[in-house]
Amino acid sequence: MTESTYRIHGATGEWEVVIGLEVHAQVTSHSKLFSGASTQFGAEPNAQVSLVDAAMPGMLPVPNRECIRQAVRTGMAIEAEINRWSRFDRKNYFYADLPQGYQISQLYHPLVGEGQLLIEADEKAGIPEDKMIGIERIHVEQDAGKLMHDQHPTMSYVDLNRCGVALMEIVSRPDMRSPAEAGAYVRKLRAILRYVGSCDGNMEEGSMRADVNVSVRRPGEEYGTRTETKNVNSVRFVMAVIESEARRQVDLIEDGGTVVQETRLYDPDRNETRSMRSKEDAHDYRYFPDPDLLPLELDEAFLAECRASLPELPDAKRRRYIDVLGLSPYNAHVLTAEVETFARFETLLAETARALGKGEAEVATQVANWSLSVAPGVVNALGAEADMANATAQAQAAILKMQDAGEISGGQAKEIFEIVLKTGRDPAEIAETEGLKQLSDTGAIEAVVDQVLAANADKVAEYKAGKQALFGFFVGQVMKAMAGKGNPGVVNGLLRAKLDG
Amino acid sequence: MNDLTDLGVKAIRDGVAAGTFSAREVAEAFNAAVAAASQLNAFIVTTPEHALAAADRVDAARAAGQPLGKMAGVPIGMKDLFATHGVQTTAASHILEGFKPQYESTVSQNLWNAGAGMLGKLNMDQFAMGSSNETSHFGNVISPWRRADGGNADLTPGGSSGGSAAVVSGRIAPAATGTDTGGSIRQPAALTGIAGIKPTYGRCSRWGVVAFASSLDQAGSMARDVTDCAIMLEAMAGFDPKDATSLDLPVPDWSTSLSPDMRGKRVGIPREYRVEGMDPVIDALWQQGVAWVKDAGAEVVEISLPHTSYALAAYYIIAPAEASSNLARYDGVRYGLRELPDGAGLQDMYAATRAAGFGDEVKRRILIGTYVLSAGFYDAYYNQAQKVRALIAHDFERAWGECDVILTPTAPNAAFALGEKLADPLAMYLNDVFTVPASLAGLPAMSVPAGLDASGLPLGLQVIGKPFDEQGVLDACLAIEHRAGFAARPEKWW
Repeated sequence: MTESTYRIHGATGEWEVVIGLEVHAQVTSHSKLFSGASTQFGAEPNAQVSLVDAAMPGMLPVPNRECIRQAVRTGMAIEAEINRWSRFDRKNYFYADLPQGYQISQLYHPLVGEGQLLIEADEKAGIPEDKMIGIERIHVEQDAGKLMHDQHPTMSYVDLNRCGVALMEIVSRPDMRSPAEAGAYVRKLRAILRYVGSCDGNMEEGSMRADVNVSVRRPGEEYGTRTETKNVNSVRFVMAVIESEARRQVDLIEDGGTVVQETRLYDPDRNETRSMRSKEDAHDYRYFPDPDLLPLELDEAFLAECRASLPELPDAKRRRYIDVLGLSPYNAHVLTAEVETFARFETLLAETARALGKGEAEVATQVANWSLSVAPGVVNALGAEADMANATAQAQAAILKMQDAGEISGGQAKEIFEIVLKTGRDPAEIAETEGLKQLSDTGAIEAVVDQVLAANADKVAEYKAGKQALFGFFVGQVMKAMAGKGNPGVVNGLLRAKLDG
Repeated sequence: MNDLTDLGVKAIRDGVAAGTFSAREVAEAFNAAVAAASQLNAFIVTTPEHALAAADRVDAARAAGQPLGKMAGVPIGMKDLFATHGVQTTAASHILEGFKPQYESTVSQNLWNAGAGMLGKLNMDQFAMGSSNETSHFGNVISPWRRADGGNADLTPGGSSGGSAAVVSGRIAPAATGTDTGGSIRQPAALTGIAGIKPTYGRCSRWGVVAFASSLDQAGSMARDVTDCAIMLEAMAGFDPKDATSLDLPVPDWSTSLSPDMRGKRVGIPREYRVEGMDPVIDALWQQGVAWVKDAGAEVVEISLPHTSYALAAYYIIAPAEASSNLARYDGVRYGLRELPDGAGLQDMYAATRAAGFGDEVKRRILIGTYVLSAGFYDAYYNQAQKVRALIAHDFERAWGECDVILTPTAPNAAFALGEKLADPLAMYLNDVFTVPASLAGLPAMSVPAGLDASGLPLGLQVIGKPFDEQGVLDACLAIEHRAGFAARPEKWW
């Protein structure tokens, strides 16, 4: 495997960065991990708090089966070992956003064990080859509430809506060596979560956030001391944290200091991390098995259902796009990166194949080019005028069908799509009414070709003398004379026959 | 109608059903007994209106010819560990003083659904931590019993369900709920001459019961005899989806299946329970118990529970460990006491609130529990104690190959004077030596009154059964009850 060549250039030489990520992903579920309260984002403060969440005396947690199911499906999606026997532990500490005085988590026996995740080669980003990143574990735990310090001059307010919401903590191995790899890891993980449907991946709403572990070392030497930067909530910030924290550590070491193991916070405004607490005043969390909960034991039927409910995952889909649909690796990569992208593509692919009466593999390249470059170009050019609700698969397939049949040119396809986006009119009707059809009538085209050749006898002579580049000129003249409506295939064929014949 | 307070659960229920007296008459009689017993300090709050309202519902249902519940017309005392809707629930602590839950515990709700009414919330050891009812923020409960030596020393009713034991033995309530973590139903029952059963762990829902040690806490019934305990336990027990440790098993009709016939049953006598320096009176009572079960037709076998001597130590690690975490929620943020000194930050508020809100014994156990869970000590204490617990459970599993129930004394002594053991927590902890092993193993166990000591104070015998075999425990206790003929009762002095 070709290792990353990303280096921090210090005053005394080059340094390698070692990165591990702990990603907290909110499990998609209607209710919380151990209570029936709703998990919907954006409710009034404390509107979604059950007696259990508020830790009233005598309240007890009851595990939410759906949360466990989603975590197991996620584990399966990263090809991880699923532990049939796992257990919840209490992590004890006092804070106003933690009503129980402990967080229910899984320290000793997590639900999901060793897995892995592939990040794809990206030369431009400095990832020379595909790289497998190890995932140590996924465990399930409760989120805490939220403190608001800006609502009152002397008091802090507590919002417990998030309190008790299920999180998956996805812990990577320290396998990443550059900000780009870490960024690719987070994006890929997010894609997998969204494919599986176990997390909406919405980083703005806090559905996904990362604790970033960074250390530096001389290439090939032992790991250095790491710091952990908490609660980083975008891919961009994850990459920025790594850059600034690695640079800070290198500067510190080169100035004769030592890195201390500590928890840090990222300040995006100043693009730097600052110390939150050091190991010395770290909490003693007094972890122990939660006596209110029995161990989680998963049976074969449950696991089978989880497995059967998994969709085709990004890597498998990408391979299929390349091997079966014949797409370029680049197109396959882009089309499978996001759930919405592949969903739109596959719908249009099916609709187009049906409209053309062809196999999906036969039309895949055409649909991919349309989806990735032609259609986005039209949409972007239109801007706010485009009503995306009009961009139905049926309409787009109808356009592709006309183009495939030679009834319209590529340029006409764009023009028709533009009108579709603005008005929602039927593409065939647009082609007819707006005169956006190309002429394929050989006789009519031949007449124009003859006129053009006659009017440009000098150029014909030059061409026949060997100036092959003039062919394009003749095509252009014919198309111009036909106001762009000539079928380029027919035009080309006739010109070839007359010039080369 | 004063003699209505002499009646127990079954007699009241059957009398109400038969129309011999009304539920309201019963409630009024017991409300009067409660009002007259304030010297015992057994109640933290009284709820005569609750008892009357429940009684009126039962009388109306009877008049309408509707079916009546298992506890119809029976007013009971409710240990203050159970959350009761709109009625102060404190666990006998200052930190929860004034707290009125907006919810009802599953067990108390089950009892109301069965037609019982509530006389009041019973005093207890604070957060159920204690064996003498001397740790309550609301003062000691005084036992109705006095020594026959003519002295008027105030005696302990035992603990932690001391208020429950006091009112049942004093004919102030026909029955009461208790909770048992290491003996808190059985030991006070023994010390006050009543019956009390802790069922298999998980029989009664813990939902709405203020937690002490989650893996050990179990509610049960306390009443004057075995039959009454069985009836009440049937009403309390049952699967509760709100408690993940609740047993998903049907509740048998224990009371109608009761049988004192022990022919074909083997009763195990664990040799390790014959501790050194055992009070000869206790030993003699135990031998008497052996004779009674033999008389009932049982075969008596000596058994070994080899890890018994480690049980108390393991218990006093596990229970405080769980308590230290369970009690973290009393932080002054959301409910209960809040101490906020001038200029205090969050940490200061926690410290001030918990310092003022918890009593000494609670603080002691939080400190022990925090210590045994702390980094570097976890394996040596908590993990080791869990291993011991597993060995103790295994001891019992092996014993069930040789016997059906196990017979032991309930407590190593009769009731002692209030204040006598308070200065020495370890001596106090020793009161649980016979009851703790069954708690650690989650087994059903019951104390039944069996005799009096030289000063006329009651003593109890304990029967421990197999998991889910409350019936075997109740039957053996019934056989003892029939032969002991225990009729002593405290003379009313209050």
